[in-house]
Amino acid sequence: MNPVGRLLEVCNLRTHFATSEGVVRAVDGVSYDIREGETVALVGESGCGKSVSALSIMRLIPNPPGRIVGGRILFEDRDLLTLDAEQMRRVRGKEIAMVFQEPMTSLNPVLTIGRQLTETLEIHLNMRKTDAERRAAELLGLVGIPDAERRLSQYPHQFSGGMRQRMMIAMALSCGPKLILADEPTTALDVTIQAQILELLKDLTKRLGVAMLIITHNLGVVARYADRVNVMYAGKVIERGTARQIYHDPRHPYTLGLLRSVPRLDLPRKAKLDPIEGQPPDLVRLPPGCSFAPRCKFAIPRCAHDVPPLMPVTGDHLSACWVAENLASPATSPVP
Amino acid sequence: MTEAPVSPDPRAQAPGPSEGSIPGAGGSRNRIILEVRNLKKYFPVTSGVLTQRIVGVIKAVDDVSFSVREGETLGLVGESGCGKTTTVRCILQLERPSGGEVLFEGKDLARVDEAELRALRRRIQVIFQDPYGSLNPRMTVGQIVGEPLTVHGLVASRGAGFARAAELLSVVGLSGNLADRYPHELSGGQRQRVGIARALALEPRLIVCDEPVSALDVSIQAQIINLLQGLQEEFGLTYLFVAHDLSVVRHISDRVVVMYLGKVMEIADRQALYEDPLHPYTKALLAAVPIPDPTLEATREHTVLRGEPPSPADPPAGCVFHPRCPIAIAECSQGVPPLREVRPGHWAACIRA
Repeated sequence: MNPVGRLLEVCNLRTHFATSEGVVRAVDGVSYDIREGETVALVGESGCGKSVSALSIMRLIPNPPGRIVGGRILFEDRDLLTLDAEQMRRVRGKEIAMVFQEPMTSLNPVLTIGRQLTETLEIHLNMRKTDAERRAAELLGLVGIPDAERRLSQYPHQFSGGMRQRMMIAMALSCGPKLILADEPTTALDVTIQAQILELLKDLTKRLGVAMLIITHNLGVVARYADRVNVMYAGKVIERGTARQIYHDPRHPYTLGLLRSVPRLDLPRKAKLDPIEGQPPDLVRLPPGCSFAPRCKFAIPRCAHDVPPLMPVTGDHLSACWVAENLASPATSPVP
Repeated sequence: MTEAPVSPDPRAQAPGPSEGSIPGAGGSRNRIILEVRNLKKYFPVTSGVLTQRIVGVIKAVDDVSFSVREGETLGLVGESGCGKTTTVRCILQLERPSGGEVLFEGKDLARVDEAELRALRRRIQVIFQDPYGSLNPRMTVGQIVGEPLTVHGLVASRGAGFARAAELLSVVGLSGNLADRYPHELSGGQRQRVGIARALALEPRLIVCDEPVSALDVSIQAQIINLLQGLQEEFGLTYLFVAHDLSVVRHISDRVVVMYLGKVMEIADRQALYEDPLHPYTKALLAAVPIPDPTLEATREHTVLRGEPPSPADPPAGCVFHPRCPIAIAECSQGVPPLREVRPGHWAACIRA
């Protein structure tokens, strides 16, 4: 069944949260896959379910209130949702590692940088202390932290934001994972440091052959680093394709709207921006049809009651829109 | 709101600052409304628990000068720690400057008396980054927007205040029936609109926008930016627009100031700054912004700026940017390069520009 090179396959994943308002369907029937060594992006605005989808892969959804209520997450043909806690612990950090947005809150403030690195190595790889220490110094060098010996004895607060994120990447790579989930890895960083960290991630994943799922709201970051892109809205993937398909031939009105709404340095300045009107929907009270229909300029009557599935436009380019065909005209191209 | 916010103050039209000497005030298209002259803000670094000794000083803002002309949008851009927020806090008199002057309509805000400062403050309003943190959760939207009017005694009765608040809400594109709601019932974009309505209530001349869209999703960002531009046209507002997003700053600004480690690196008209930047730091910033176009990104050269900004407590000698600068020469570590007018209206603090 497994096509050559497929590393992770998320099938019809549904993760819900029970709140006093009602059930929030944060991830509502999401499917995507990642092949060995490739970089796949999940892009969307806050509340679209992109982070919850990554936390579901790691089985890190706080329960209660959250619960994975359906679907399968196949990692090298094992369904992660059927593993027991001990088996899952061996996957987490060893085979699939995670890089978070806020390195300060994901590092332990009272342990030295060295200890945080050697701990994982000792637990997952059964390394002896001296070997782990040598490896930790190597890892810091790998992620471009100079003066490793001294740095290993320091604490996270003695590191700058950029250095902490390098340290997070070193930890993520420490056990030789096959997949890294990077959740907004550079959102908290300044633009010059963001460029350094993204180049580092790109270089290391390519060199070590690690696949990466990059989760971001930044369309520029996606364009520079992702091979394939999944655009999410209100808990669903609404468009999927190669980066070029998504950016040059968007076939979902939401993708089109996102691309048009951002000011761009490479294009002549427009007098006015072209926003998506309205607000994202309340996830407790989603509209009955397409969730984007109330904000959509292209909506037809069918959109109000009939949820469009993700359907092929051309080959591997998919869109969850009833009028995807009509979006092909040059008039809708975001690049004038 | 049917008229321009405030009629020009006749006193301020007296021949004010000498325009030729002010960075970025090349032409004389419009009157200068705000002028920051050699502004400095130093924070002491202390050590010890009981007896605090001053062991150093952080030069958060170090000799910053720029001016804002009536009706324009001046963008103030830089990365965290560059001093843009401290500059804004000094302009708003939330920090007492260690040196230099902030002249609003020709008056030094640090030297006017309490009553006059209060009157001047009405004419300078702020829109904050975080619409969650800057609205009182216990007040309704109508009360939040109407409060400045009551505080400054601009409405005769509570009823008049409510009517004015409803009017302001409609100006920012909110339905009047949101007036009875509380901030937590609104979305992020709606909250930012409430913040804008509150800023407009006193009919200011100058609005300081401190990262007004960076907490918002991109689709909502565009709505708020369009709203700010529309309000500027309608009411002849002047904006000091502080942000770290270079694409947003290019879109909204007429002129742009680039800061790094407490100093101004470059000031220029929007087009000159983005199409022909002179300072190597500005060039590096622009090169670091990823462009949402995979074809372009595949061919674009990615020269990544090395290193990180140094600590403002221990800034490098000479040009503060020289340790990271790709074109630095020996002289760069010796003297602080002055901000000089390299081309008409285009200022750069770089000896190699």
